[in-house]
Amino acid sequence: MINFNYLRVSTTKGAVDAIVRDSAAQWIAGGTNLIDLMKKGVMSPQKLVDINNLPLKEIKKEGNKLVIGALALNSAVADNELVRKEQPLLSLALQAGASAQLRNMATVGGNMMQRTRCPYFYNPDMPCNKREPGTGCGALKGFNRMHAIFGASDKCIAVHPSDMSIALVALDSTVLVSGPKGDRRIPFQNFHRLPGDLPQKDNTLERGELIVAVEIPDNKLNKNVHYLKVRDRASYAFALVSVAAAVDLQGDTIKDVRLAMGGVAHKPWRLMEAELFLKGKPASEANFREAAALAMKDAKGYGHNNFKLKLAPNTLVEALKTATGKG
Amino acid sequence: MKQDLFFDKKIPDRINRVDGRAKVTGSAAYAADHKMQNTVYGFLVGSTVAKGRIKSIDTKAAERAPGVLAVITHLNAPKLPSYTTGKDPSQPPTGGHPLRFFSSDEVFYYDQAIALVIADTYERVLHASKLVKAQYEKAVHQTDLDASLGKAKVPTGPRFEDYTRGEKDGYKSAAVKIEQEYYQPIDVHNPMEPAAIMAFWEGQDKVTVYTKTQGVQATQKSISDAFKLPLENITVNAEHIGGAFGMGLRTWPYEIAAVMGAKKVGKPLKLVLHREQMFTNVGYRPATTQKIGLGATTDGKLVGLTHDATANTSAYEEFTEATVNMSRFLYACPNVTTRYRIVPLNIVTPIWMRGPGEATGSFALESAMDELAYQLKLDPVEFRLRNHADSDPENGLPWSSKFLKECYQLGADAIGWKDRKLQPGTSKDGDWLIGYGMGTGSFGAFRGAATVKAMLHPDGKLILQCSVNDMGPGTATMMTAVASDLMGLPVNKITVQMGSTLLPPGPMQGGSTVTATVGSAVHDVCLALKEQIATLAGKEGAAISKANAQQLKAADLVFSETGVASKTDASVRVSYSDLLKQNNLPVIELTKESKGTKLPYSSYSYSVHFVKLRVHPATGRIKIDHVVSCADAGTIVSAKTAEGQMMGGAVGGIGMALMEDLVIDHRFGRPINNNLGDYHVPVNADIPSVDVLFVNKKDPYLNPIGAKGLGEIALVGVAPAIANAVFNATGKRIRSLPITQDKLLEA
Ligand SMILES: Cc1cc2nc3c(=O)[nH]c(=O)nc-3n(C[C@H](O)[C@H](O)[C@H](O)COP(=O)(O)OP(=O)(O)OC[C@H]3O[C@@H](n4cnc5c(N)ncnc54)[C@H](O)[C@@H]3O)c2cc1C
Repeated sequence: MINFNYLRVSTTKGAVDAIVRDSAAQWIAGGTNLIDLMKKGVMSPQKLVDINNLPLKEIKKEGNKLVIGALALNSAVADNELVRKEQPLLSLALQAGASAQLRNMATVGGNMMQRTRCPYFYNPDMPCNKREPGTGCGALKGFNRMHAIFGASDKCIAVHPSDMSIALVALDSTVLVSGPKGDRRIPFQNFHRLPGDLPQKDNTLERGELIVAVEIPDNKLNKNVHYLKVRDRASYAFALVSVAAAVDLQGDTIKDVRLAMGGVAHKPWRLMEAELFLKGKPASEANFREAAALAMKDAKGYGHNNFKLKLAPNTLVEALKTATGKG
Repeated sequence: MKQDLFFDKKIPDRINRVDGRAKVTGSAAYAADHKMQNTVYGFLVGSTVAKGRIKSIDTKAAERAPGVLAVITHLNAPKLPSYTTGKDPSQPPTGGHPLRFFSSDEVFYYDQAIALVIADTYERVLHASKLVKAQYEKAVHQTDLDASLGKAKVPTGPRFEDYTRGEKDGYKSAAVKIEQEYYQPIDVHNPMEPAAIMAFWEGQDKVTVYTKTQGVQATQKSISDAFKLPLENITVNAEHIGGAFGMGLRTWPYEIAAVMGAKKVGKPLKLVLHREQMFTNVGYRPATTQKIGLGATTDGKLVGLTHDATANTSAYEEFTEATVNMSRFLYACPNVTTRYRIVPLNIVTPIWMRGPGEATGSFALESAMDELAYQLKLDPVEFRLRNHADSDPENGLPWSSKFLKECYQLGADAIGWKDRKLQPGTSKDGDWLIGYGMGTGSFGAFRGAATVKAMLHPDGKLILQCSVNDMGPGTATMMTAVASDLMGLPVNKITVQMGSTLLPPGPMQGGSTVTATVGSAVHDVCLALKEQIATLAGKEGAAISKANAQQLKAADLVFSETGVASKTDASVRVSYSDLLKQNNLPVIELTKESKGTKLPYSSYSYSVHFVKLRVHPATGRIKIDHVVSCADAGTIVSAKTAEGQMMGGAVGGIGMALMEDLVIDHRFGRPINNNLGDYHVPVNADIPSVDVLFVNKKDPYLNPIGAKGLGEIALVGVAPAIANAVFNATGKRIRSLPITQDKLLEA
């Protein structure tokens, strides 16, 4: 048996120390991703540091920010009154993810940290640079229907699978982390990274840095929102393409807008250019289409996923139409 | 349910599934649930290459791992008496040689077992299995059907010779015609209960197994062949099966390996396949490419139909199914040609999956019929009615019964077919396009042999015994319904004992034949039992003896829970307890074999599936709004379980049409979505309301209860109905299953 030690900690400092002390240790929260990866032999930490007892479950208002603890459950966040009232986009994105059972276990921090679902990553005897740098990318010339159309490299074309993170990046969130060198704030945009030459690195966390909370600044984006997830079945499937759209609509005019896409890149894909284009313009299908065209500028297909070049802009238009009720 | 249209009699009371409580409370024991002292656990280590030879295999680390009792490989496997010899006559493949794990160093497919590790706990055996390391002499594998069509060959055996009636490829001269290609990928059965076996030996020559099989007798025969043991030394039990859909229609190499492993360690051995192994080691619906040429006169009379199919088999066995056969009899058509080919690939042998070849074949045939109907500007139902076969065009025989026209009518009414627009893409609901489609299903109706033992106890309890088992359709419930009806007994007085070779022999659970076969055997044994009761009750001096020493017949009596009474005078009666006491019998029992005879009729069950769905053209999303499935399956013996069968078939058909597809990365010769997260089957939210309608008219000739079959037709024809509805909605014809967003957007 691959034995591992188990340690339960109850303070942030304890959690950080335990990881810093032991290079083969890893935090476990809901365990819904890590345990699967351990069973598959993709990851084999020798020590699990259970962080579920840390007091990081709270969802509260701090000044003009909504602060969500890293250990708040996906279901608790989705159902939370404050979240539903002030940041409904987040609630919608969470509800589109996984299943009710999984959402009852999964945490905010774990969700951000979940690994890609690329089948080559998941199968230890297939090539994968993310799992085993230097073995090649199995998906590049393999079956890549689920894979990236933005920002990929020839080392890795995997996508980040989180739905929640698509909403968080759209909402200009900030990730609060605590590490051996102290506390740090990371804009959500910069939290996940593109694969480049280091596909084994999913994000910009340093070793020993624990996510303690996510902050969402106040906005006027709680009326016209939609999270549209296109997938292979009605529920319990990862996104082929998903779009988080939140619009501050005044009359017919788009005062403010946030757009992000899932299932298309190694990180939650914020669509700044499309946002910029739409700001101040009337909400119309023609404008949505133009924004979508801008959003797709640098997209590239790898064969099986070429359909996403059509699906992504159409999903964006559809999400905007539903969010605004226009077009 | 609409009940008034056609039936002979009211559909019987809606009996609940008799094993339902045991199943939902967890007391029903499936193969791996059986507990025995000292049970040890086996796990199969799979090959990481798809073709080649094992150059070396290192089992030392595994053998040294805690709790390990044995590691069996081709280097040390006990030589079974018939372990490497020829073909197994009791099993489906028509040619080739069954694979025996560990009989040689040869690898035929990815994940073929190269070692069986046995340890004292499941966790330890899992771990030790990971320590087995093999080196291979790799050979060039082939797992791609498209790339191997050049190797297509006619299967061995007479059933698969090319067929022509009238003019060969006669469709070509028709005024209106289509020629199209259709593709069915590999679909995997994936029953909820994984393949599992528990085996234990008493001494050197007696073995008992609990295993996931659809036929305990067939498994018994396979074990007997492999170990050269007399049948009576082998007991096979499989009372409950957690679904199978065909996966359990043969004995698989893992089962023989487990029996061998149990012998080697001298302890009860439990072997459960991991879900991933369910995708690689126990069959699937084969990949099949099909070509249809279909031609008609301008007024919609079929002129010719040519149906070619090429499917994959494994590199060591010939697997065949009736993919093209429906095209020979479903429609009145003078010129029909069918050709069926198989191609060996480095994948495990396929095995019949619900509605086996017919499901694949009907996708092509019923899509093509739809395509031609559009060309003819005819309503697809009307087109089918114009070509209805009034007798079997393949052999000229009359049908024993056929109510296909009634199915069309029932279904068309229920789905609102009249709202269907002929012109695709014209029916809208906001951004969604609405489409209607239909497809016909058919499957041979057949009555085989079964022996049933009936035992009537003094308290009126009836026990029925037969070795047939129940993989979920409700066989025990059906048997109970038949007996309850005939014996005048309430359902709770009847107990069915099944699923063991210790019981009187019954058929495999497969091919939609069990109700026609075993239901009829229950019928026959009940009638005989009633006569026996009448004889006892009418003995001289007995309660209901007749005047002039005339023999009392069952027809003279009313049978009820309490006993029998005279038909003419209800006060003349005897209870079963008194009757048994008077005759000094603990129980009245009777065993009867019963089987069909060759009939001068052709017998098929029919289904018609109607689908209403919506497609979001910009994103390729499909949402099914409504399914109506109508069946002509003869008498419906048990309404609730029959409806359940039909609904399950519709769900399976939706999966086949929209989701299921085992993707193989041909570079490695191995599947990449061999888990239930990536291999999609429908979830609840994908399933609309499914309405089930039965014609419920007795087949007067096939068997005494008038039942045909239901299991296969529940699924055959669903996929083309969906594909046709997608076309009606969008004008896009997807000829390659499953119909996914990528295909719709790129079409
Ligand atoms: C069948 C299935 C379907 C799914 N479908 C979807 C879907 O459709 N959409 C979707 O978005 N997700 C989906 N998921 C993924 C699911 O959302 C994640 O598994 C879950 O969010 C992970 O959270 P967790 O708390 O269980 O993480 P864990 O498994 O406990 O941890 C995951 C990783 O995060 C690290 N970690 C945990 N907490 C912290 C922290 N506070 N700071 C730093 N590191 C931390 C752990 O060390 C570990 O490496 C699915 C999962 C499954 C199994």
